[in-house]
Amino acid sequence: MTIFSHLSATPVKYRRRLINPLDYTRRLWLQLTVGFGLLFLYAPLVALVAFSFNDSKRNIVWQGFTFKYYAKAFNNSGLHDAFMNSMIIASISTVVSTVLGTLLAIGLARYKFKGKALYDGWVHLPVVIPEICLGVAMLAFFVWANIPLGLTTITISHIAFSIPFVAVIVRSRMAGFDRSYEEAAIDLGATPWKIFWDITFPYLTPGIVAAALLAFTLSIDDFVITFFTSGPGSTTFPIKIYSMVRFSVTPEVNAASTILIALTVILTVAAMLVQGRGEKGMKK
Amino acid sequence: MTNQNKKPPIIEVRNLVKRFGETAIAVNDVSLDIYEGEFFALLGPSGCGKTTLLRMLAGFENPSEGLISIGGKDMVGVDPSLRPVNMVFQSYAVFPHMTVAQNVGYGLKVTGVAPREIDLRVTEALELVKLEGYGTRLPNQLSGGQQQRVALARALIKRPKVLLLDEPLSALDAKLREQMQLELVRLQKSVGITFVIVTHDQDEALSMADRIAVMSKGRVEQLATPAELYEYPSNRFVADFIGKTNIFSATVVGRDGESLLVDVPQLGRMALPFEGDAQGEISLAIRPEKLRLEAHVASGDKVSVKGKVQQLAYYGGESHVHLDCASGMSLSVTRPNGHRGSYQDVIVGEEAFICWDSADMLVLTH
Repeated sequence: MTIFSHLSATPVKYRRRLINPLDYTRRLWLQLTVGFGLLFLYAPLVALVAFSFNDSKRNIVWQGFTFKYYAKAFNNSGLHDAFMNSMIIASISTVVSTVLGTLLAIGLARYKFKGKALYDGWVHLPVVIPEICLGVAMLAFFVWANIPLGLTTITISHIAFSIPFVAVIVRSRMAGFDRSYEEAAIDLGATPWKIFWDITFPYLTPGIVAAALLAFTLSIDDFVITFFTSGPGSTTFPIKIYSMVRFSVTPEVNAASTILIALTVILTVAAMLVQGRGEKGMKK
Repeated sequence: MTNQNKKPPIIEVRNLVKRFGETAIAVNDVSLDIYEGEFFALLGPSGCGKTTLLRMLAGFENPSEGLISIGGKDMVGVDPSLRPVNMVFQSYAVFPHMTVAQNVGYGLKVTGVAPREIDLRVTEALELVKLEGYGTRLPNQLSGGQQQRVALARALIKRPKVLLLDEPLSALDAKLREQMQLELVRLQKSVGITFVIVTHDQDEALSMADRIAVMSKGRVEQLATPAELYEYPSNRFVADFIGKTNIFSATVVGRDGESLLVDVPQLGRMALPFEGDAQGEISLAIRPEKLRLEAHVASGDKVSVKGKVQQLAYYGGESHVHLDCASGMSLSVTRPNGHRGSYQDVIVGEEAFICWDSADMLVLTH
């Protein structure tokens, strides 16, 4: 104590500057920047959710708390039908894109074939090209192929843009897979079919589940591509909300949007949890 | 070669070649026999082809040329799942999502053994590797050594003719490794199965194996018992790779009955017992523990050289003394620390005579 006692004489305002190099988040300007960022990101969302409980026809002044508009949204048959359409599309799209995307990921991770590098690049293209282009391309294709627009075309488009996301997630899981697991299984007398179901598939499961949840989320809140590929009578939830907004932003729209937000957040968090737990469990 | 020759070979390898691509050659014309009940080691530096050879025995690689037969049956082109061998992998490859019991019983389950018999044999196998009561645990609850035992039990439960082990101890710490060496030998003697182990660790090979094939650049340099390898290495590579050794260059000048007459620049003319053919430039080798440090020149058959102690490395049980001699030669001497104060007998900077029996020197013709 006595050796360091002279240090206590250092004025407080100089000592506060002694922040560890990695403790930069303690600096005021950084905290402010982060604060503004979060504000711009979340304030509109918070307002949207808050006003869905507002007992007023207009979204301007707070009049009191109510569940009225949720009840109204649930009883709106157009909104209800749109929600069911979204669910059907998302379910089919999720199952098909998860199966195809997983097979694609395994194929790309496992086998060498001619033009693999090129194919590998092409697969990821739908992730990066603008959605509007994809939507126009899909529409052009369906018109050219003479396929009537409706639930089928929306589902096909959703499958198409979900596959790359599934493949990317499953493949990253596959990257940590030790080939000697499979070799050990062959060595113990297992057939390739058994090896896939006993060893490879259980290992990939967390990745596949996470990918499926993401595919479901992507499908359920997709607007742009759905807008281009939908036909009469095939309105989905986001499109229905959009058409309601065109008249006026009522608390009913807020309520419907809040439901969509809640659904997406729950699925995304679930996907992250599944993926995180899987990675932890596989560590030795 | 000892009594192993009386038993028939369980593995016969003839002129085996493995090429990767056009030019890379991993295994180059290897022929060897491994006998029933033998503990056989493939030893060599990394990249010498030992693991490729083992993987060809297991069936994970196909030979480019040559023959492999196991238990009298030709194995080239036979699927790994149908070979009478099982493997313990370097990473253990214990299935992370299965319990210990499921792991150990997997090889029986996939071949359709009745569940009741699986349970019985799993219990037996876990007892064999001293993991009784661990059946319900998951691999991530086990230590490295325990996972290793699971991998062993999983391979042995199939009752293979040969157990292949790929660097099984490399991931363990030094103390545990030594313990597992003894454990593996005990296990091998008790089950009576032929073990073929791949290792780059000479201590491991010397202490465990009945016979060792030393490999370098895809070829077998020497195949012998541990003692033969150490005391009578057949060439310079083996002498240098196994243990430590002092090497002199020498020139053959002629023969004198049983002995070979050689000129060594630093030591003069010497007569060494040697039966083979030797001409021109050769190497002479002597192990550091066969050298002694004396205060005076030794008499009789002994060779003596004066040297100055350059460095002293203390290893507890022994000390390694490095000495510089005349004409730029340096020698290493290993001294056992037989008494508590022994290590103080040698002092850096002092001079001493290095003496040895010329009969302990080895003639290496290539």
